[in-house]
Amino acid sequence: MRVRHGELRAPELTLGQKFWQVNWGLLLLVSACAGVGLAMLFSAANGDWDPWASRHAVRFGMGVGIMLLVALIDIRLWMRYAYLIYTIALLLLLAVEVAGTIGMGAQRWIDLKFFQLQPSEVMKIALVLALARYFHTLNFEDIGRVGYLLTPALMVAAPVILILRQPDLGTAVMLAVGSAVLFFLAGVRLWKFILVGLAAMGSVPIAWNFLHDYQKKRILTFLDPEKDPLGSGYHILQSKIAMGSGGMMGKGFIRGTQSHLNFLPEKQTDFIFTMLAEEFGLMGGLALMALYALIMVYGFGIAVRARSQFARLVGMGVTTTFSLYVFINIAMVMGVIPVVGVPLPLVSYGGTAMLTVMIGFGLLMNVYVHRDTRIGRRWSDHG
Amino acid sequence: MKPEKTRSKLFNRRAALLLGGKILLLGGLGTRLYYLQVVESERYKVLAEENRVNFRLLPPPRGFITDRNGDYLAINIQNYRLVLVPEQANNADGVEATLLKLSHLIDLSEHDVKRVLRETSRRRAFVPITVRENLSWEEVSRLGVNTPELPGVNIDVGQTRHYPYGRNMAHVIGYVAAVSEKELQNSDDPLLELPGFRIGKNGVEKEYDIALRGTAGTSQVEVNALGRVIRELRRQEGQPGHEVRLTLDMRLQDFIGERVKDEKAAAVTVMDVHTGAMLGLVSTPSYDPNAFSEGLRTEEWRDLVNNPHHPLTNKAIAGQYAPGSTYKMTVALAAMEAGISPEHSVFCPGHMELGDRRFHCWKRWGHGHMDMTEALAQSCDVWFYDVARRIGVDRIAAMAKRLGFGDPTGIDLAGERPGLIPTKAWKRATLGQPWHMGESLVIGIGQGYVLTTPLQLAVSTARMVNGGKAVRPHLAMRRIDGNTVEPRVHDPFPDLGIPKGHLNIVRRGMEAVVNGERGTARASRLRDTEMEMGGKTGTSQVRRISKAERDAGIRSGEDIAWRLRDHALFVGYAPAHDPRYVVSVVVEHGGGGSTAAAPIARDVLEEVLRIEARTVSDAGDLPDDDGSDRVKADDAKTEGTG
Repeated sequence: MRVRHGELRAPELTLGQKFWQVNWGLLLLVSACAGVGLAMLFSAANGDWDPWASRHAVRFGMGVGIMLLVALIDIRLWMRYAYLIYTIALLLLLAVEVAGTIGMGAQRWIDLKFFQLQPSEVMKIALVLALARYFHTLNFEDIGRVGYLLTPALMVAAPVILILRQPDLGTAVMLAVGSAVLFFLAGVRLWKFILVGLAAMGSVPIAWNFLHDYQKKRILTFLDPEKDPLGSGYHILQSKIAMGSGGMMGKGFIRGTQSHLNFLPEKQTDFIFTMLAEEFGLMGGLALMALYALIMVYGFGIAVRARSQFARLVGMGVTTTFSLYVFINIAMVMGVIPVVGVPLPLVSYGGTAMLTVMIGFGLLMNVYVHRDTRIGRRWSDHG
Repeated sequence: MKPEKTRSKLFNRRAALLLGGKILLLGGLGTRLYYLQVVESERYKVLAEENRVNFRLLPPPRGFITDRNGDYLAINIQNYRLVLVPEQANNADGVEATLLKLSHLIDLSEHDVKRVLRETSRRRAFVPITVRENLSWEEVSRLGVNTPELPGVNIDVGQTRHYPYGRNMAHVIGYVAAVSEKELQNSDDPLLELPGFRIGKNGVEKEYDIALRGTAGTSQVEVNALGRVIRELRRQEGQPGHEVRLTLDMRLQDFIGERVKDEKAAAVTVMDVHTGAMLGLVSTPSYDPNAFSEGLRTEEWRDLVNNPHHPLTNKAIAGQYAPGSTYKMTVALAAMEAGISPEHSVFCPGHMELGDRRFHCWKRWGHGHMDMTEALAQSCDVWFYDVARRIGVDRIAAMAKRLGFGDPTGIDLAGERPGLIPTKAWKRATLGQPWHMGESLVIGIGQGYVLTTPLQLAVSTARMVNGGKAVRPHLAMRRIDGNTVEPRVHDPFPDLGIPKGHLNIVRRGMEAVVNGERGTARASRLRDTEMEMGGKTGTSQVRRISKAERDAGIRSGEDIAWRLRDHALFVGYAPAHDPRYVVSVVVEHGGGGSTAAAPIARDVLEEVLRIEARTVSDAGDLPDDDGSDRVKADDAKTEGTG
């Protein structure tokens, strides 16, 4: 982490000055992860840049550009437009919901011709911004009052319910957990989480009765993949075989039999960690996990260094979202949790997740660049 | 700013807590990874190998079968198959378009086209589908020229069993066909599980199947999740099947086949009297064994099974006939052993009375005074009625058993039947009735319950003329046991314990049959006066001739429907002074032995001697009995006369 330059720096920095404030260490870590992804995608195509590795590289390059752009925009502007961004994201979610009802079944994206926009991905960023703004503007004393927590709870519930209806349980869980973390960081009392948790568990049997049979079945399969041995159960077994047979040092680059003989499903997207573990063994798997751990530490360091509550919450929020990607993906491919379609950030092939993650790192960078910027209660108040 | 400070302190505390939780979670996942990749690694490595590696069997080429001179009787020929790989046929309706193009080049039935399209939709696109088998060379070259326009079309070479001599060898060689469910269960040879694998179903192909089959090689291949072969990892070649050389002579076999081709149903066997080597073994009608290896159609199979002349039965070893007068030597030997003198004289008035029953001689007016030799030469029934009455059925049966009747001879050919030698005890046990003297009389002339196979007739005659040695017949030059093939070591056949004097009297009788003034086969004397043959005619009654018919003058022959006519039999040997070869002939419903069977036997023996003479002059050296001087130098000294 870069050391602090001058506590007494002028609050307003020029764009050029800001650029030199960019946290190069973080950029290096992120690039290292993307590099691992590049190598694995090269291997997934049996040692070819086509069709995945080259496009991954281009996307990451564009992602770095977007990251820097996001980082250099004044943090107060982000706060100012936080609710607007949230509202747009919610409307987009509603739009796919409506299109899905009218159109051709479950749809999760909007086709922008050159790019397929997934509103749920936008929401991952938008919700962090909106909640950070809400808790920033809230009086610290008011955090203890249940009444003040209703608004942010609704802000979380609306997109979560819409995404659950898609249905995309993985994203919904990520949103809910990521938001809960922000509530926690904002100072909400622990017993309230416990209370909400108990209430949620208590309501499960009641909610269960309102579900259709096919929905119940879907959830049961989801909870117990062994019931579907040729579907996700098969995938998990093959994934475990791939990792287990990799052993301590792995089978060698482009020499993973499970991956290259197609026993492993989706090796270039959701199951890329499996392929890494097969080809580079425990050492390779732990190395990538160490990189991710370093990024988490960086995120923490940047967040606690920030002066404003908004910046702190945004910094910690996007880091947590990133961490959730990592946890869910790795736990899934190891068979610890059921199969949900969550990619491994920076490594899996796929444009949308890459964009979300790079915008997230852009905001983290932004928090670092603007760590000393003071923000008033309202966006118009200049602190 | 006090609340602001508490707020940031609270944030920092909780953020640190959160970071700790995240690191803990990562640590947990890392531990899980360690568990998978180190603790349970061995188990998963095995599973990954099982996923990846497939064993394939490499079928060995089936061993050839040759005759004694090395003429190929069963070989493997290239079977050109047209296979189509659907994924290589260029576009979506590529398979149909390709089939249309193919139909302009070769014959493709509607049925074939439908089958291919059906298989295409059912199998994975990289699995080759057989479009047609047994392409002619012309078709292969026509396809070869057009290959560039036919993506996905390949010519695949397989092997099919082929029998160059077809029908004449069918009963000896047998045929190969697909493995049945039962054969699969009774064998642990993985080869049988190969689709399209064929095993011997009959004849030598069945008898020596294990040796002919060889052992499978294996190929370990790496496959992907769809089962597509990526590469070969290891290969272990199998052992090709052994070549099996038979004692048969193809030229003789062809000659016999040609000689009996006008008979509706007949069997001929030729054997070396000393070694038991079979030189000829023919049964007609026959069938085309090539039809079996190419795959028999249902109607073809039905025709073979329903044919009244039973083409699928090898009559030489599985046809059971009453021996008729060819049994009289056995009765004569039994009589001498019982103490009846060869000079024992019986007056034949043309019949013999026993109680209120009259037993007829074949010669209506009788033979007059007969002794043993004359009774054999003229085949006088009354003499043998008298002798049979004196010695009883059990003594005849005991001699018959020693000569090789009543049990399989043990020839190395599947499907042999034992015949039947009746005794008093047998009748009581199976029919629950006491023995009647009249039945002994009938047995005395080889009629009644007694049943023999043509091969048994040859073997018994050989034992009489080779000095009383218990010779056993065989077909394979070398001794084959399972998959081991070793030279045939002849322990001398055991002596049957029949006095030489007795055998000489019987031989004199048989010589007189052919060469005597009144011999029944005088017409079939060998034309070469230096080579005489001996033998015995036989006529086995298929039905009892009624008194009314007898009075009307009907005995047998043209006036009765074919299936009711007598079987004609003959056993013979040559040369008469030093017997080397024995022949037996049975012509089903052929009428009298002297007219239908003896001439065939004569011609066959002449041919045997001719072939022998030619071989001697060709080789410039006398071949030993198994002809093993032409097999292999190291085998030659252990093969030979017993």
